[in-house]
Amino acid sequence: MNPQTIIAKRIARELRDGMLVNLGIGIPTLVANFVPPNIHVFFQSENGLIGTGAPPEEGMHHRLLTDAGGKPVTALPGASTFDSAMSFGLIRGGHLDMTVLGALQVDESGLLANWMIPGKMVPGMGGAMDLVSGAKRVIVAMQHTAKGKPKIMKQCTLPLTSVRPVDLVVTELAVIAFPGGRATLLETAPGVSVEQVVASTDAKLAIPVEVPQMQL
Amino acid sequence: MKTISLKNAAALIPDGASVMVGGFMGVGTPERLVDELVRQGKRNLTVIANDNALPGVGVGKLITAGAVRRTIASHIGLNPETQRKMLAGELEVDLVPQGTLIERIRAGGFGLGGVLTPTGVGTVVEKGKQRIEVDGKAFLLETALRADFALVQAFLADYLGNLYYALTSRNFNPVIAMAADTVIVEADNIVPVGVIAPDHVVTPAPVVDYVIETS
Repeated sequence: MNPQTIIAKRIARELRDGMLVNLGIGIPTLVANFVPPNIHVFFQSENGLIGTGAPPEEGMHHRLLTDAGGKPVTALPGASTFDSAMSFGLIRGGHLDMTVLGALQVDESGLLANWMIPGKMVPGMGGAMDLVSGAKRVIVAMQHTAKGKPKIMKQCTLPLTSVRPVDLVVTELAVIAFPGGRATLLETAPGVSVEQVVASTDAKLAIPVEVPQMQL
Repeated sequence: MKTISLKNAAALIPDGASVMVGGFMGVGTPERLVDELVRQGKRNLTVIANDNALPGVGVGKLITAGAVRRTIASHIGLNPETQRKMLAGELEVDLVPQGTLIERIRAGGFGLGGVLTPTGVGTVVEKGKQRIEVDGKAFLLETALRADFALVQAFLADYLGNLYYALTSRNFNPVIAMAADTVIVEADNIVPVGVIAPDHVVTPAPVVDYVIETS
């Protein structure tokens, strides 16, 4: 299984029936492919859609029906469309049960940096700051390291997205949560040892006596 | 409301004007009007929009054409022309969180001085802003935003100016329609009065100044 699939499948296990969920671009988008059977989840695209479905079949797309990346999508039966004020009212107003986003860095206490690298990449924060400030549950989907360098750091060196810590970080190596503001190793991926996770992590990890294997 | 030719609609907008433009990655942007602004060689515009789309798409065309001096947007990451002009000092870019940008515009159109939002507290976004505590929770005071013109894309307009939007093209459009001195609409279809049922009108006619004639 490739890293992206491991991450997406594990995060899909966090979905619950009836949830309203926003998925970011990249690995987070893949989570929609692994919704557990027998539950119904509403996916939101922040450009103004609840009930976002898979990309349309060839020839079935509509130019006015897209996701937040501007790519054609489908609207499932029961979908709704709305303006951007409503869309961010849903996000900030406590109506969004879960958001899954990518990250550049996460620190020891769960603070996230995911929107700019000063002097290099200034794409703008888009909806990320609202999503992290407003969603009931914030899950980071990312590869554990970037070019061999740890992304889970003692302290973020990049500008923060929010002062609200994330709830869960899922990588191809581990699941990490932040109870009491301390990065804590909850699970390791199949075939990955606790030592391997620690070696790939800059932050100090609290390690419980028993660390179960990720169920996929 | 008056109907107006595409050419005359663009001619209403002087160099240096502030312009809110509907659309999200170009979806819901009045493309014919944008093309005409480029053709008429507008300069020094302030463009307020969700994003800068891509080169050749939506407001991206205005950026490439050098029509824009300043842009206020939440995301510019997919337009390398914006990045290049920003780094070269040819374009001033104000980045605003998306939910804050739309609320500032909503406040401008709804007669409010601003809004209090938790978004951006403790980040670089807070710089220069007032932090206000309400019931022990920290918020930033984000001030209202208005513009000289709103360039709105609608799916249906009737001959009074009532508007109906389709699917994800709605985005910023009904909100900017409230927040500008002059509201210009490019509709995919102009229909007789009564075709849009009262319950389906999203933007009521009195806020619309001009609807561009269909070609």
